[in-house]
This record gives sequence, structure tokens and C-alpha cells, in this order.
Amino acid sequence: MNYQSDDKGYYGMFGGAFIPEMMHQNIDQLQNSYIDIIESKSFKDEFKLLLQDYAGRPSPLYYSDRLSDHYKTHIYLKREDLNHTGSHKINNTIGQILLAKRLGKTRIIAETGAGQHGVATATVCARAGLECIVYMGAVDVARQSPNVEKMKMLGAEVRAVQSGSKTLKDATNEAIRDWINNPVDTHYIIGSVVGPHPYPDMVARFQSVISEEIRIQLKLKVGRETPDYVIACVGGGSNAAGSFYHFLHEPSVKLIAVEAAGLGVETGESAATTQLGKPGILHGSRSLLMQTADGQVIEPYSISAGLDYPGIGPMHANLFTTQRAQFLNATDTEALEAALYLSQKEGIIPALESAHALAALNKIEFKPDDIVVVNVSGRGDKDMETFL
Amino acid sequence: MENRITKLFTKKDKEILSLYFTAGYPELNDTETIISTLEKHGADLIEVGMPFSDPVADGVVIQKSSEIALDNGMTIHLLFEQLKEIRKHVSVPLILMGYLNPVMQFGIENFCKKCSEIGIDGTIIPDLPLEVYESEYKTIFETYSLSNIFLITTQTSDDRIRKIDGLSSGFIYMVSSSSTTGAKGAVDQEQLAYFERISKMELRSKRLIGFGISDKHTFQRACGYSNGAIIGSAFISSITGVGTVTEKVIQFMKKFD
Repeated sequence: MNYQSDDKGYYGMFGGAFIPEMMHQNIDQLQNSYIDIIESKSFKDEFKLLLQDYAGRPSPLYYSDRLSDHYKTHIYLKREDLNHTGSHKINNTIGQILLAKRLGKTRIIAETGAGQHGVATATVCARAGLECIVYMGAVDVARQSPNVEKMKMLGAEVRAVQSGSKTLKDATNEAIRDWINNPVDTHYIIGSVVGPHPYPDMVARFQSVISEEIRIQLKLKVGRETPDYVIACVGGGSNAAGSFYHFLHEPSVKLIAVEAAGLGVETGESAATTQLGKPGILHGSRSLLMQTADGQVIEPYSISAGLDYPGIGPMHANLFTTQRAQFLNATDTEALEAALYLSQKEGIIPALESAHALAALNKIEFKPDDIVVVNVSGRGDKDMETFL
Repeated sequence: MENRITKLFTKKDKEILSLYFTAGYPELNDTETIISTLEKHGADLIEVGMPFSDPVADGVVIQKSSEIALDNGMTIHLLFEQLKEIRKHVSVPLILMGYLNPVMQFGIENFCKKCSEIGIDGTIIPDLPLEVYESEYKTIFETYSLSNIFLITTQTSDDRIRKIDGLSSGFIYMVSSSSTTGAKGAVDQEQLAYFERISKMELRSKRLIGFGISDKHTFQRACGYSNGAIIGSAFISSITGVGTVTEKVIQFMKKFD
């Protein structure tokens, strides 16, 4: 089975490009040019150099003695938290800003939940000298204020979105509306593997550097390229897509995606899309979606702004439906406990999002000789107010 | 039976006045009142909005009316229930406009069947792209004699407009500028150039201009380049606030006498 998208952007029954005509020109241009651009030698050279010298890649693959002892297996942490700007988001924004430049765009817009993608976008825009506008739900502006300050210092304009639940979904709606109103000069840097084709595939390709490195690093450390488990949190799913990418067609590698259960999957205050959603269309693609019987999108809930999204990327919807990946979930409390545990056992403060992936370690029965890779997608500086 | 949109254009092909409102707004059960008052006071065509929680192609006015309509309890099921008897006393063409997800959850075929039973003449589904319509839904829509209306914008290429022209029944919805609904007031030079470009293409389909049409002046200006125009946000704003909805609709329509 193929777990990558086909040339129309479909992952099985999920994906595609369900966009209003007002977006057609931009999406059509991206669809027709993205592969040629990002596979060209000049692009690849520039992208690779920036990932290395600007973002600080490769990110370490760290063997955690103390987690390994505790869970009686072998646990490696992929340290995306050590990237410039503090998360995996920089991988995608570097790729997309290079693309935007080649498309001749002069104005950049982005949505952000936790603010990690917003900061990563503001960062590459500063470097490229492009105008940057970041849409962020008003609730998230309040709960992730350090990132708001960073975006402003980097020269970006942060627009607080007051509609709907005032979180990531609404920020995305507003960014789409901006693009409809500014179709000529603007590129929309979507931060996750969501949106109309080609975004899910394009963002997954830019994030695939994570699993590319894991293979090389594991080979050096344990003599084989493939672990037994790769564990990553999923909101829209970009860090999971990047962590899974080069293992999708390795059946021996168990892929574990961890969603935010919020207060609990059955409480009505959750963001566990695969457990609560059914096929639907939001933000330009067909995927799993939390919705009412009448097709209205349900406002999700999670303590983690980055996972507080009612959908999931179409690649993940397909991985769930085909059972290629196993989907677990962690509650707010479980994530907070996992964050505290990693902080005090390893001296690493993870982002609340990444803490959901760490919490899943308690839910799997590992064998003593298993090789387990957990993607620590971001660092927890932005979450200190929530932690304390 | 002949599609009422087609019939309308055989009778009248100039200054077609089309109004859009969100079903369930301002009050849940205003739908029928608004439709019949509009017809009585000169509307040639009526677009009934099916509210969606995430209307990305819409500006603030329609976002707000959609939110209130949903809070009031509007659903597609309820809308069909409200419109069940509408053809007993209303003969103006009716179009349902809304986003794909609620329609998909209702079931595309089931939705088209219901429309046909009630006497709905067309649909506008902004996030249903031409290509998907053509490959997956066209035959179903045709079976139930529903005209699915496509949008074109200032950004749409001539080739694509020709393709849309070929696939259209009913009319082509010309989005007046690069914008979400209600975003811009005046008609500017760039828009006029676009209107002229389209006029010169001599398309087979009739064309109505929408987005940013708010009063008699912008309406007539748009009519100079098309068969008519669509007013949405400005109409919704006018039926907001104190007074009965009937009075407010009449007040608004008076401006177009």
C-alpha cells in the first residue's frame, strides 16, 4: 500500500483540494510547481545549508538512560526542541520561504496555535526581508504570550482572531480569508500537514528531514536504521509526518501517533480527532473532522494550543483508517505529568505538545530490547505559565 | 419541469436583482417571511444561505449571521422543513448556497433529491471545485435538474472561464474583486477592466456579479457589465436591528424601485 499522496493530493480517500475559486490561481500554481522547485538542485542546496547553519541541524538523537531504565527498554529522544526557534516548525518555514521567494511573493501570512509556527515564520521572514502577518486565536494569544512577544520583536504583525473558539481553527480561517483578499503578492505558509493539496505533501516533505536523520543517527548508534517504535504527537500532524515519513513503508516500524484527549476523550472537552471525528471537509481537504451530525465543526479542547485542532492531516487520517499507525491519546493531566517527569529525570523541559508523545510511553508494553524513538517536537519555554 | 433560473433569463436578461440571506437569521423562523417579502418587492432571484461554522469565503457580516443562525438552531434538515410548502406561494427561482461539508454530511444525492422535491433550482457551493463537481457530482445534480453555479474571479484565466462557461447551467457568478464577501464598497478601475474583459469573451452563460454590491449605485454599475447582480452582506446588515423583518426587507427593497 502507498501511504504517500498521489498526484492529486489524495491519501486513500483523504486529501484533495476543496477550495473556493478565489484560491484557485494560487493553489494551481503551487500544485504545478512545487515538486519541480523543491526537487531542483539549487533549492535543495540552499535548503540543506540553511537547515544546517541557520536552524542547527541535524538535531541530536539522544539516548535517555533514565527513561530507558524506567520503561525497561531503549528510549531515544529526537531533539527537535534544540532547533533554532525551539521546535520542528522551522524545517517547514525555511522550505516555504525559499519557495515563496522563487514564486516572487513579497508578503507572507501564517496561522499559529501555540505560536511555534508563528515564531518560525516570523523568523524566516525577518531573514528574507518579507512582510509577515501571523493570525493567532485570541485565546492562544493570551496563553502563549512569550511567543507573541517574540513574533513582534522579529518584526511580524500578530493579528488576534476573535471568531469561533478563538484558537487554531479560527486563525486558519482568517489566514485563508487574507489570502483570498490578497491573491497576487501573498504566500500562505501553512504550518501543518493540513490544507489543500499540495500543502500536506509539501509540508511533510520539508519535515521529512526528521526521519531522514533518525535513520542515519540510529545506524551509527545501534547499527540499524529502523527503530521498533516512532512516537509523535499529532495536532494537524506535521512533526508526526516528518518523524514517520521515511518509515511509512517499513512495516517493522510501529508508528504511534498521540492525540490530545483534553479532559478525556468522552468528556466533550477533547481534541482526539480520530476517536471523535468522521470524514469531512475543512480548510481545503477531506479528512477526519470533529463535527456535529449536521456537519458543523465542533470546537475542540486541549491544554496544548498546538494540538487544539478539530481535524488532522489527510496523511494521518489515512494512516489511521488503514491502521498503518496506531493512534493513542493523552489527557491534559497525563501530558503535564510527562513534562514534569522528563524535566526532572533528564533536565529537558518539553513543549506541552511533545509532552503528549512522552505520556504515551506509559501506554505501551515495550520489550527490553525494543528501540523506541520519541520525537520531542519542541521546548517548553512558551508553556512555563501553564506548568507553574 | 423547466428550471426557473433558465426561465427567468428567457423573460428578463437585464438588471436581474438577486438577494442573499442566511437562513435562520435574524430569527430561526424568518426564512419563509424573508423569501416571500423579497419576491413581493421585486427580487428576481433569491439565494438562501445554509450557515456553516467555518465560512472561509465570507467576510464578517455573513460570518456573524451564520454564527447567529447556527446558535438559533438552523440545520439543513430544518431548512428543508421550513421550505417544504414554499412553492405553494413563491415562484421566484431559489438557490441554496453553502459550504460542502454540511451538504456532504446530509448526503449529496439525498440533498439533491430534497432540493428537487421542494422546488429548489440551483446551488452555489464555493468550496466544491469544478474538477470534483465534474468527476463526482455532475450526473447527480443533472438528474435532479439542479443548476450548480460556479464562481469566477479577477484571477480566473480565460481558459478556465471557457471551461466553466461550458459546464454552467443557470448563470456564472462573477466575484467582483479578489475578496471575501462584503469586503469592498466601490467599484474600482481594476474591477472595470475585469468586467470588460469578461464582457468581450461573449460567453454562452448569463452572468451575475456579486461581492461588494451594496446599493442601487453599485448595482447599476455592475448591471452595465452583466445580466444583473447579487447583494448579500449589505442586505443582511439591513435586516439586522430593531423593527420587524418584513418592514426591514421592504425598506431595503424600496431603494431599488
